[in-house]
Amino acid sequence: MAIDTDTARRVAHLARIRVEQERLPALAQELSAVLAFMEQLSEVDTDGVEPMTSVTPMQLKRREDVITDGNRQDDILANAPDAREGFFAVPKVVE
Amino acid sequence: MTMTLNALTIADARDLLAKGDVTSRDLTQSCLDAISDASALNAVVTTTADMALEMADSADARIKAGDATAMTGIPLGVKDLFCVEGVRSQAASKILDGFTPRYESTVTSKLWASGAVMLGKLNMDEFGMGSATEYSVYGSTVSPWRATGSETKLTAGGSSGGSAAAVAADLCLGATGTDTGGSIRQPAAFTGTVGLRPTYGRCSRWGIIAYASSLDQAGPMTKTVRDAAIMLGAMAGHDAKDSTSADIAVPDFEAAITGDIRGKKIGIPREYRLDGLSDAIAKQWDDGAAMLRDAGAEVVDISLPHTKYALPTYYVIAPAEASSNLSRYDGVKYGHRAKLGAGDGIDDMYEKTRAEGFGTEVQRRVMLGAYVLSAGFYDAYYRKAQRVRTLIKGDFEKVFADGIDAILTPATPSPAFALGAAAEMNPVEMYLNDVFTVTLNLAGLPGISVPSGLSADGLPLGLQLIGKPWEEGDLLNTAAALEKAAGFTAKAARWW
Repeated sequence: MAIDTDTARRVAHLARIRVEQERLPALAQELSAVLAFMEQLSEVDTDGVEPMTSVTPMQLKRREDVITDGNRQDDILANAPDAREGFFAVPKVVE
Repeated sequence: MTMTLNALTIADARDLLAKGDVTSRDLTQSCLDAISDASALNAVVTTTADMALEMADSADARIKAGDATAMTGIPLGVKDLFCVEGVRSQAASKILDGFTPRYESTVTSKLWASGAVMLGKLNMDEFGMGSATEYSVYGSTVSPWRATGSETKLTAGGSSGGSAAAVAADLCLGATGTDTGGSIRQPAAFTGTVGLRPTYGRCSRWGIIAYASSLDQAGPMTKTVRDAAIMLGAMAGHDAKDSTSADIAVPDFEAAITGDIRGKKIGIPREYRLDGLSDAIAKQWDDGAAMLRDAGAEVVDISLPHTKYALPTYYVIAPAEASSNLSRYDGVKYGHRAKLGAGDGIDDMYEKTRAEGFGTEVQRRVMLGAYVLSAGFYDAYYRKAQRVRTLIKGDFEKVFADGIDAILTPATPSPAFALGAAAEMNPVEMYLNDVFTVTLNLAGLPGISVPSGLSADGLPLGLQLIGKPWEEGDLLNTAAALEKAAGFTAKAARWW
């Protein structure tokens, strides 16, 4: 299935990646080429085949519902581009 | 002696350390010297010399005290995908610019606990997405190998290209890699080194920067099969912090290398004999099968009928998981944030940050992933790929149930290509590099690339062996038999 410029714009927005208007046709073409490659999968008869959701058949472990870590505010903020007064700072969200 | 210590294998270094013939400090210094002379390779992106010498001294003390493990005092390189506490770890991406973790990945913490020495961080394709180590914020890694009579710069493969180049050029005794679609085995094949991708769940993924969580697995990259066995033993094991890590015992992988493969059944999958497979690769493959037969194994033709669909399946599932995993890079918690204009809101911050921070290939995969997971396409692409993945895994289960012990295939469709060649290819052509390696990631199986010979123009070629789940020991034993029969001893002639 071919992706048009509008779909490319929508996908870029879904991915939260800014793509300038003039780049969109080339992006649409690149994505279409890869999707055409993926189309081969439609040849495969998968009726009655379960989707694989676990690499190794195993029961995921449960752990005790206890606190094992915490009180690491400094560690968590240490790499933030903008941290103030113990918080992550971001541009104004609400007017 | 100091001059050549860096060229030792892990096994030989261990024995010399145990006898007191060398110290970890000398071994480590020898690697640090080799690293500082090898900047032309751009394999090591951060050198941690002070940390390395301090760790070497503790290792020497530990050896003296009689408290050594097989890895105590062994200097290693670490792929930039692993978080190492206090050391810049940014997955070769601009978006993690300057990121310095306050924690340690489980695999590296196990290695340091065993006494191994941290030399530095190694180059790679951004977030593990690539096959040439060209998509890196640090610039391309250059292979130590050159074709006979040529000065053309070649790729060391990817995504663990820095690890492969560092091991091949004797900058370290071994290195960690990660393998999502072939990122350990393809670079190993391109550089005449050994690369082992263990069974999914054998090594904890905790603290390894995620690409595609159901496919990612860490493994050793070394000079010999025995070294891979030794190093895997120190990396593997259950970890409560990774719910997909397997709670099963870690055997002595080195002890599994007996040299005896008599009676083993080795499968040759007919679907891997692709149209256009080069004569050189086809010959390596046939020779490899003959070597295993001469060593007493039974070589049989097998069929893995869904092989053809592995690549398209991978290129749905891996980008889908990547788009989800990489959503955490938003310019808030770590790394790069774009400069914002007056009036820019939070969405502008996300979009500008991600456009500036992610390279072209990462952007492409994140967008593809967002597309195949989006409403209306989820069933047609993602769900469909998951169903085909079940069939691909079923192909392997069937041949193993029929008594096959391991499967022999080429590791790559060609020897190493020139740097820059990838930029000339379209994405799909580039993805074909993974055609022999990607199937076992989808099935969660262990695989190893073993150097088997040289091409007509003097470049390394590798063969891949695929094993049964949790049978890395048996796989390593078969690989060691192949390694011994192939007798690959070539090293890259030093030009750097």
